[in-house]
Amino acid sequence: MEIKSRGNEAGAELRRTPLYRQHLRLGARMAPFGGFEMPIQYRGIVEEHQAARRQAALFDTCHMGEFHLSGTTAVADLQRLLTCQVETLPVGRCRYGLLCNEAGGVIDDLLLYRLATDEFMLVGNSARRQPDWLWLRRHVGRQTRLLDQSEEIAKIDLQGPAAVPIAIRLMGEPIDNMVFYSFRKNRYRDREILLSRTGYTGEIGFEFYLPVDLAEPLWNDCLELGAAPAGLGARDTLRLEMGMPLHGHELSENRVAGEAGLGRAIAADKKFVGSDKVHDKSLLKQSLQGILLTDRRAARQGQTVLRAEDEREIGTVTSGSFAPSLGRAVALAYLDRETAKVGDRILVAAGRRRLEGQVVEPPFYRKATGRAKLARFMP
Amino acid sequence: MLPTDRKYTKSHEWIKIEADGTATIGITDYAQGELGDITFVELPEVGERKPAGEVCAEVESVKAASDIYAPVSGLVAAVNEDLDGSPELVNQSPFEQGWLLRLSEVDASAADQLLDAAAYEATLREAE
Repeated sequence: MEIKSRGNEAGAELRRTPLYRQHLRLGARMAPFGGFEMPIQYRGIVEEHQAARRQAALFDTCHMGEFHLSGTTAVADLQRLLTCQVETLPVGRCRYGLLCNEAGGVIDDLLLYRLATDEFMLVGNSARRQPDWLWLRRHVGRQTRLLDQSEEIAKIDLQGPAAVPIAIRLMGEPIDNMVFYSFRKNRYRDREILLSRTGYTGEIGFEFYLPVDLAEPLWNDCLELGAAPAGLGARDTLRLEMGMPLHGHELSENRVAGEAGLGRAIAADKKFVGSDKVHDKSLLKQSLQGILLTDRRAARQGQTVLRAEDEREIGTVTSGSFAPSLGRAVALAYLDRETAKVGDRILVAAGRRRLEGQVVEPPFYRKATGRAKLARFMP
Repeated sequence: MLPTDRKYTKSHEWIKIEADGTATIGITDYAQGELGDITFVELPEVGERKPAGEVCAEVESVKAASDIYAPVSGLVAAVNEDLDGSPELVNQSPFEQGWLLRLSEVDASAADQLLDAAAYEATLREAE
């Protein structure tokens, strides 16, 4: 067999997160991702995936970008730049939105935090940090103060049912009655941190935003309390089972955001940069759909999807993998709007063979705990 | 420690000549470790002829699919059907229960030309 080399991303100098030493200590397999040398897996992707679904998984997400926007004009700027409603976002809540270019393509998908009436944090993908920064700098008004805080803010995700008791043990202040997509200042080792009830796995859990020097202590405290370190491999299978998009796969600057079908992220009743295109139904040639494969064998990004009845080409796979919680493979694909409907039988042209599957409505995994009441998981 | 009762290829397959003259083929512990969790194994049909160096199986992990090459020529005499339901056997026991297929009509002298355990181990050290 051939073992693919884990070569560097085209000549770029790879960066390391504050948890790099911990990854090596834990025997992680490291690989380049978004300009960083990141852990792909520790003990195994399937085991780490199950830890998030059943117990608690711990992810280093320090590579992600954090931008701080403040000033009386910040609301209006963000309202004009993001696809989601910003004005109606209460302080202490977060909302998922897209940053689009004039053509309606997606520069990045981000989480917006309203820290105070005139103060916000935007969290985006590591590989998009530079494009995000340049876009924001060019498009926010002079009165809005814009800072890239990615270097000062460490981020750790703790996901899964056991995340709740672990967070209760570690946080200095109560976390009960925190609802889904809310956040709150809290204390850890007598320092202020930001605790957010969000994540990218579908499970109940938290994202911790904290000073860089607290990253190692929090990481190790979570491990000591039973969380399993989990790498980007499991992060990908977890988000895929939930049908969540990943920039570079489902989202790109070259595809109009409306095709991704992110109704919850794209406000129908507001104008924003790119909204003319995003809202233009005539530009929607394809739509993002879920494919449930019949077997364990995975479809992969770039493979062609065919209609089973006549083998006509109807689209392209954007992400695919074996889904550990389902015991079979799943994929996301852009399929022609006119021809592909939920329930249709399809084939994926995967190298020498055809994989059978069916168009389904994501999420593929429907037992996730992300939106459940926190009290259910209290010790 | 690598089993010394068999031969190895640079491409991380192992081949063991059995008492009845057939050859059992699998992948090494190093290979399964590099692949990570194996989720699917595609095996050939019994009766297919496989020339040396040709793809004789495919092993898929969560991240990628990898071709397995026949270390010698032969006729597929058996495949490990346990892998259908339990592909993780390749991770758990790459040298025993996780074998892939068995070839008959093999030229044992061709297998002799392959690497022994020490020589294979040396190639792994070089790759480090």
